[in-house]
Amino acid sequence: MYDSGKIIAGLVIFIGLFTSPFWYDLASGTALQTPDLVLPTKADQKQCVASLEFMRRDHMALLNDWRTQVVRDGITYYKSANGKEFEMRYTKTCLGCHTNTSQFCDQCHNYIGVTLYCLDCHNMPATQIQGPMAAKILNPNSEILNKLQIQN
Amino acid sequence: MSISRRTLLKLAGITALGVTAEKYATAHAGSTAAKVLSKAVGAGKRLTKSNVQQKVRLAMVVDLRKCVSNQGCTKCIDACNRGHNIPDLGDSKDAIKWIWKEPYESAFVDQENFYMRDEFKNKMVPVFCNNCDNPPCVEVCPTQATFQRPDGIVMMDWHRCIGCRYCMAACPYGSRSFNWRDPRPFIKDINPDYPTRTKGVVEKCTWCDERVDQGLLPLCVEACPEKAMVFGNLNDPNSEVRQLLKDNFSVRRKPGLGTSPEVYYLV
Repeated sequence: MYDSGKIIAGLVIFIGLFTSPFWYDLASGTALQTPDLVLPTKADQKQCVASLEFMRRDHMALLNDWRTQVVRDGITYYKSANGKEFEMRYTKTCLGCHTNTSQFCDQCHNYIGVTLYCLDCHNMPATQIQGPMAAKILNPNSEILNKLQIQN
Repeated sequence: MSISRRTLLKLAGITALGVTAEKYATAHAGSTAAKVLSKAVGAGKRLTKSNVQQKVRLAMVVDLRKCVSNQGCTKCIDACNRGHNIPDLGDSKDAIKWIWKEPYESAFVDQENFYMRDEFKNKMVPVFCNNCDNPPCVEVCPTQATFQRPDGIVMMDWHRCIGCRYCMAACPYGSRSFNWRDPRPFIKDINPDYPTRTKGVVEKCTWCDERVDQGLLPLCVEACPEKAMVFGNLNDPNSEVRQLLKDNFSVRRKPGLGTSPEVYYLV
């Protein structure tokens, strides 16, 4: 083989450059991490509105159904499989337990690259806002917030 | 396979007979349905969805004789703006309006008289969505984002709105507003119990559907210090709205357009 030294050196440099994004990710510590959910610890609410398997696969369909029923059909309560009734409200019922969306929703949605826009319109109860949404919603001079703080 | 002239003529004849029979059948069925409807409603009354099938038809009565908006009162507007997270964009061109003031002549364009009662000259009238019985906005919405509830409220499902603004073109009252930009930074106090909207969505007054569902009165009605606004069931002959309409002369905005607006103004 002619010029084997140059060719092999060239190949090594090429492979190094070609795979550099992977090395960069590993070195900078921003490599993709698997979802790490923090489950809510609410004393009076141990069970979600449906089973774990169902919620994992079909939570989006459930939310769509709730939306249609509340907005269009005037049905506001949902009866779960074990007979318990829940008010069909995303902010009050869902986020009432899962108060920190960045530790729950965003974990998987970021992992699979799905951008959520629920909170672009829905407001979390002022007393519960945590995570990146807080800066967007909370206004230190807010009259409503002051009222809530006085009440609580 | 070939068809003889005779068979072809026979087949053509049978087809023509079938088509005519079907047309006749559907036309006949239509006329019986209309007969049943007119019987249910009573002769001489206009057929609308509400008086055919509804027990509840919500309506609003605004007593302009009591309203003091000319003296600078904006209590109904303030209550609505705060409760529904309506931004103050500071520019009338892209303002979001659910309830606002309009001069009498422009609120009631077809009733303008050169000489009229002094107190109604330059009178500011609180105007908002008429939640029409025959809403043109619902008719044109391509995604069914806006629709009529059984109690008559013309509702919006903001999730479905694609921002085409057909409804804004169809509404003769200018009751609909478009979000040209993200409203959140322009809301002084976000009410956490009510959603905000996003850029590219149309919005309007829905007579506080979320409060009506809980058995509460709309915010503007509750906020009015003069009790000039009354809200109730038009289909109940004993309701306050019906009593007011029975005892007073009322006008509606642009009734000639056939939208059947459900806000009645006492003058």
